[in-house]
Amino acid sequence: MKFDETATVVSQDKISDGIYDMWIETENIAANAVPGQFISVYTKDASKLLPRPISICETDGSRLRIVYRIAGKGTKEFSGYSQGEKIHILGPLGNGFPLDAAAGRKAILIGGGIGIPPMLELAKHLDCDKEIVVGYRNSDTFLDKELQKYGNLTIASDDGSIGTHGTVIDAIKACGVKGDVIFACGPTPMLRAIKQYAADNGIEAWISLEERMACGIGACLACVCKSTDVDSHSMVHNKRICKDGPVFNATEVEL
Amino acid sequence: MKTSVNLAGVELKNPVMTASGTFGSGMEYAEFADLNKLGAVVTKGVANVPWPGNPTPRVAEVYGGMLNAIGLQNPGIDVFASRDIPFLRQYDTKIIVNVCGKSEKDYLEVVERLADEPVDMLEINISCPNVKEGGIAFGQNAANIEHITAAVKKAARQPVIMKLSPNVTDITEMAKAAEAGGADVLSLINTITGMKIDINRQTFALANKTGGMSGPAVKPVAVRMVYQVANAVSVPIIGMGGIMTAEDALEFILAGATAVSVGTANFCNPHATIDIVNGIEDYMRAKNVDDINELIGIVK
Repeated sequence: MKFDETATVVSQDKISDGIYDMWIETENIAANAVPGQFISVYTKDASKLLPRPISICETDGSRLRIVYRIAGKGTKEFSGYSQGEKIHILGPLGNGFPLDAAAGRKAILIGGGIGIPPMLELAKHLDCDKEIVVGYRNSDTFLDKELQKYGNLTIASDDGSIGTHGTVIDAIKACGVKGDVIFACGPTPMLRAIKQYAADNGIEAWISLEERMACGIGACLACVCKSTDVDSHSMVHNKRICKDGPVFNATEVEL
Repeated sequence: MKTSVNLAGVELKNPVMTASGTFGSGMEYAEFADLNKLGAVVTKGVANVPWPGNPTPRVAEVYGGMLNAIGLQNPGIDVFASRDIPFLRQYDTKIIVNVCGKSEKDYLEVVERLADEPVDMLEINISCPNVKEGGIAFGQNAANIEHITAAVKKAARQPVIMKLSPNVTDITEMAKAAEAGGADVLSLINTITGMKIDINRQTFALANKTGGMSGPAVKPVAVRMVYQVANAVSVPIIGMGGIMTAEDALEFILAGATAVSVGTANFCNPHATIDIVNGIEDYMRAKNVDDINELIGIVK
């Protein structure tokens, strides 16, 4: 069930360079969301037509939290909202991470850049042993202290200013991080490397993809990814990231 | 108050329908918009066989609009007929199937396959700017338009709507050609070919390089073309292009459209179609209009 709501901004903080943290009071969306789902946030500027898909970082009763990067004029507008602002949002959208896949196993949660936020809600919901691996551009980190509460945290950075110098895969190898199932969200090159790493090591991996979206609900066919098999809805090798994903088993998709 | 309009013998409860490609077959939007309240649902284009569409990115936002180059991804007529048509039959709305193809044979195969299906009208897409063969190749030449229209009309059991491209020098020539070929209704405009460059990546915003522009920025062009075509042909017109509100829809009706299609607006408001149906009724009450047909094309 999806809800089309006018929600209210509860708080907004800048938590890193260009990264903002907003809590939103919702009527139904937060209470119905599961880890890995996202919301569409509509801009108030009518010259911008398309909603911005933003992953849910955390929920707390009727409130939900998004942690997002200013990537353009739409997210720039969002960063200017303060307490009490009424905003139009749609959600929860897509399918979340399969929590059952971690039952009785050790999970590795991997987040890269602005793919880190959904790992927080996932970490809260997984009651198995957890390794958490996060990759940043530099030492200007965010959410790391919160994630640390839920598992052993390993950090990688592009410039080497914090943690392992390199990618999340470099950090996993350098620090000997081991697990039975991977949950990951981040840029496509990172997910491609994780898909390969999982295949090489015989580990199950669930990855959350992103793509330019329009409707956000599966109607317009803008945000497709390549599927390994013919998809039963599209009848071609395409799956809809917004509706069939954003979380896929790494073996289901080609990156 | 009478809001119903007649398109080639098909009575729509109101003039508001969905624009092909923006609404799927209504399944995803049914959660937000009561399809029973729509004059018609126009489906995403369907071909004789499944089409994979274009590479991503397939959409880009531009000021006051968007570009798309989906490339007519569709599951093919067999799955469409067994899944999408029965879904739409549950609702009290008219079903208009948008048909696409790469050759005359492709179009006719779909039209013939739909002959015994419970659909109300066919909209023939001869104007998609995003597929290399077919589509636009038919839609930018008057002789080709007349030929394909006549061929489709011969094979079709349902009334035929020809969807015209704005990417031509004189759209009235194309409209007259479709009318000469026997088109029952014309719909216009399809999207306007555009391009966006991503200056950070220094490449095209769309993988297809070009895409079809839609949204409120194209509306004045669309209203102008509807007005011109309404004054050039006698068949009814379905007007579309950047309709976001009831006021926008009314501009098209006053310019000569018998019905209107709502497309890009669905992306910024999933119940835009219903808001427009209600807004048209509000306007009629405010202006003491008893019958919406009194408004069609009265601006001369």
